[in-house]
Amino acid sequence: MSVTEPLIDVRDLERTFDVRRRVEGRRRRVRDSVVAVHDLTFSVAAGEMVGYIGPNGAGKSTTIKMLTGILVPTGGRVRVAGLDPSRDRVELARRIGVVFGQRSTLWWDLPLRDSFDLLQKIYRIAPGRYRDNLAKFVDLLDLGDQLDTPVRQLSLGQRMRGDITAALLHDPEVLYLDEPTIGLDVVSKGRLREFLRALNEDRGTTLVLTTHDLQDIEALCDRVVVIDHGTSVYDGSLAGLHAEGGSSRTLVVDLVDEAPPISVPGASVRRVDGPRQWLSFPAQASAAPIVAAVAASYDVADLSIQEPDIEDVIRQLYSRNV
Amino acid sequence: MHLRSYLQIAGLWIRAAWQYPTSFVLLAVGNGLITALDFVGLWIMFAHLEDLAGFALHEVALLYGSASLALAVADTAIGSVERIGSYIRTGRLDQMMTKPVPLLVQVCADQFTLRRLGRLTQAAVVFGWACTYVDWTPTRVLVAVSMLVSGGLLFFGLFVGFSCVQFWTTDATEFANAFTYGGATVTQYPLTIFPREVIVGLTFVIPVAFVNWYPCLYLLGRSDPTGMPEAFQFASPVAGVLTMAAALLVWRSGVRHYTSTGS
Repeated sequence: MSVTEPLIDVRDLERTFDVRRRVEGRRRRVRDSVVAVHDLTFSVAAGEMVGYIGPNGAGKSTTIKMLTGILVPTGGRVRVAGLDPSRDRVELARRIGVVFGQRSTLWWDLPLRDSFDLLQKIYRIAPGRYRDNLAKFVDLLDLGDQLDTPVRQLSLGQRMRGDITAALLHDPEVLYLDEPTIGLDVVSKGRLREFLRALNEDRGTTLVLTTHDLQDIEALCDRVVVIDHGTSVYDGSLAGLHAEGGSSRTLVVDLVDEAPPISVPGASVRRVDGPRQWLSFPAQASAAPIVAAVAASYDVADLSIQEPDIEDVIRQLYSRNV
Repeated sequence: MHLRSYLQIAGLWIRAAWQYPTSFVLLAVGNGLITALDFVGLWIMFAHLEDLAGFALHEVALLYGSASLALAVADTAIGSVERIGSYIRTGRLDQMMTKPVPLLVQVCADQFTLRRLGRLTQAAVVFGWACTYVDWTPTRVLVAVSMLVSGGLLFFGLFVGFSCVQFWTTDATEFANAFTYGGATVTQYPLTIFPREVIVGLTFVIPVAFVNWYPCLYLLGRSDPTGMPEAFQFASPVAGVLTMAAALLVWRSGVRHYTSTGS
């Protein structure tokens, strides 16, 4: 148990938005208050890797925006590195890194290097540290050949790696990643995850990750915070989330010939369509014994595993809590 | 310190524009042509007018030149502030808010362009020519310098202040322009062509009369034809600073009111 204050401390956080709504038969629009986040409490210790997940519109972005000082909370308390984000936004900016997956901060028409050089100046990064960091990230993220290429000519994956480098040059204590692997191919995703894990291990950088990709969470996060309807509905390990949400993975088996439903221990057949069968088994169980059992007793043409859909897990979790 | 960040960001935008040298040059040539045409228009107007509301050609030119110069300086330096509505919609403002440079500095420096250089040159030439008719004294030099600085500040304040409307209702650029560019157009003429109520409004509500009208009266050695206090002729810095301060307050409350967009 550490006695120091957690790096991120959120207590009874609340944010409502005023929206104007058109109502049939009335000329003036009606003012309405929409609650985006309420009663939200959690904390993140330095060095943790936390997945912050939830369905669209659950309040994920609103929370991240309050953590970075973009939005002012309408109630409750936020502290990041001991600072009040909306009040000390500019000061906090020196200590955090933010990557919004679908929006680049890089200079579109200029080589990557120019964007990085500007960041060195505005973050006032010491030249030695800047050189070291740049060399290290460029090496780890394999960007060496791209440094002098205009950003508009980079691939999506290269640009994402460029954006992540840009967010890390000033050695932030915490890195917020919003959908970092969206649109990337399997190889790029894997590489990026590896990099982030190494970053956390080597530098102790705290990671807060919002994603729809359950594999991101599996690869990176020891802890998951699930938000729905503006408040936290789960906070704990990923395995615990699967257990609580009763989620299951699906083994899709293509047999050589049509056969009656497969019977193996630990899995049950959900669906049969000609030679193809869908077997579901608990998400936290290993697929290996089931695959082995199927292969041992049947003529298998092909196998694939479908991961549980994060939205399904959350939906089930939420319906239980209600 | 903020100025340094501003220059660094603006400098990179100029570099970015240079990546397309042809379009950069074409833009410059186009601007030059438009500026030249503006000159012709001015010349035609003055060729047919001996005087405007009792002001001689060179006196009108002094008013026109100083107001245009102040506007061109403000527009070049911070013109992009009027685009915050689109920055809000595209999420660009969110990104800026995560950088350790004050938001206003980043917004003003964003997409910095030298496209207004033509206008700046034109205004400077007209102003320079009109200055040759001024009977210079040390005080008048001081008033002239403070007029240009305060004029820049005033337009800066008006640009920023009215752009902030977009924090509450995005896409109100036209509304802001009505006051900023509208105010600039009005001040290009001797204010005596307007009814007194308008002059009062341009003094106390949207104080563009301080951009050039009052200090120019002093430079020209004229008594105020509308009977406003003579002290106003030296009050431009006060008006400039007050407008700036008001604009910064509005900006701060706009940022705190900012509600971002979805996603």
